[in-house]
Amino acid sequence: MKPFTYERPGDLTTALALAADIPGARFLAGGTNLVDLMKLQIEQPTHLVDISRLPLAEIEDTPEGGLRLGAMTTNSQVAADPRVRARYPVLAQAILSGASGQLRNKATTAGNLLQRTRCAYFYDTTKPCNKREPGAGCAAIGGIYANTAIFGASEACVATHPSDMAVALTALDAKIETQSGAGEARVLAMDGFHRLPGDTPHIETELRPAEMITAVVLPPPPPGGQIYRKARERASYAFAIGSVAVAGGKVALGAVAHKPWRAEAAELALEQGASPAEAMAAELKGARPDGHNDFKLKLMTRLGAACLTTTGAGDDQ
Amino acid sequence: MKISFTLNGQAASLDLDPRTTLLDALRENLGLKGSKKGCDHGQCGACTVLVNGRRINACLSLAVTHEGDEITTIEGLAQDEALHPVQQAFLEHDAFQCGYCTPGQICSTVGMLKEAADGWASLVTEDLTADVVLSDEEIRERMSGNLCRCSAYPQILAAIRTAGGVA
Repeated sequence: MKPFTYERPGDLTTALALAADIPGARFLAGGTNLVDLMKLQIEQPTHLVDISRLPLAEIEDTPEGGLRLGAMTTNSQVAADPRVRARYPVLAQAILSGASGQLRNKATTAGNLLQRTRCAYFYDTTKPCNKREPGAGCAAIGGIYANTAIFGASEACVATHPSDMAVALTALDAKIETQSGAGEARVLAMDGFHRLPGDTPHIETELRPAEMITAVVLPPPPPGGQIYRKARERASYAFAIGSVAVAGGKVALGAVAHKPWRAEAAELALEQGASPAEAMAAELKGARPDGHNDFKLKLMTRLGAACLTTTGAGDDQ
Repeated sequence: MKISFTLNGQAASLDLDPRTTLLDALRENLGLKGSKKGCDHGQCGACTVLVNGRRINACLSLAVTHEGDEITTIEGLAQDEALHPVQQAFLEHDAFQCGYCTPGQICSTVGMLKEAADGWASLVTEDLTADVVLSDEEIRERMSGNLCRCSAYPQILAAIRTAGGVA
């Protein structure tokens, strides 16, 4: 690890000011991804602002009938909350399908959204990667690695977003609340929060420098069934090679793009009376597999159709 | 920088480089070699310890973030000569071969049984709103963060069933 200084401010205002004032400063929450990447020197912050003990760890009912998840709620805490389990089972299932019990006890809601890709070439510092070093090139393109994007990839990057939780939040139309040192508060839609790679794959979200996620807000649960299903290379404790979240008529796909992928073509097809398989086929028409990841076409079609059949999405339309 | 926490019931104070992980602080600075460094990347679970009663990977946590925490390692589970029930169950069921993953397996089990007792669901819990019943499938899923490369899994499972009162 490169040397850094560490500080644990007692309040949000101080934390935001420190992040804005110190070049190279980063917020530290659960640390399960950031500390790991610091060991590999892929992340090299000069200063860590520990926000893990800020009073942002509550789960509150909203007046609209939804829930506000504080940024520092742990993944375990959210998945165990009786309100989440009863009203947002897609979210509980998505969180519980990710990582291990130990990691979920540390990992936070905000940190989960900001985790970096697990692309093998991002982790291999002997190979070029436009995320690690803009302009260096992409070793994953043409490399021997199959867990890459089939939607929205670019010539600069074919990496996928690794989160399960974020896929469920996308299907649920969650909102992200942020604050920055300038005293500005923003609300961002989950669906637009993560970016496609384009020619700047190192810029992964719409979050500005020194801006902090303070909460994730769930709207009231949509009418209809919910489910999260994940395919992976072993039965537990592995990243997805494809996943599907359904919440009512909303569908999101995981491990297929640089961001959680909202399946708008499938949603539209369902509204127009398509069967689950037809709806997924409509979505996958837009996919651009690269030879190594062609398996994802059949996988996502079947996984998505199974989920839509289970929840009965589109049945009443 | 200076840091104080409670380690296995005793006060501990250290002056550490902020880069020191909790695992390295325990092993190298405090001399408690029970917690093991397997992968050092949160993938194997050999470093599992309990912080404020919850299991975490000590290798992915900076020691300086643990000011005031109550930390329990494998060395702190027994009461004098009386083994912790999970330790006793691992002995009775011969739930190890080389033993390297065992401290992490045991600390993880203690944390996992508390999670189940608190009613936390897992991915294989069919009814997310019902009480948790620790089936073999539940135990396997909840312990997937601890690898055993000798593959003593059948005995580990049997030990956990005994310790969890589900045998």
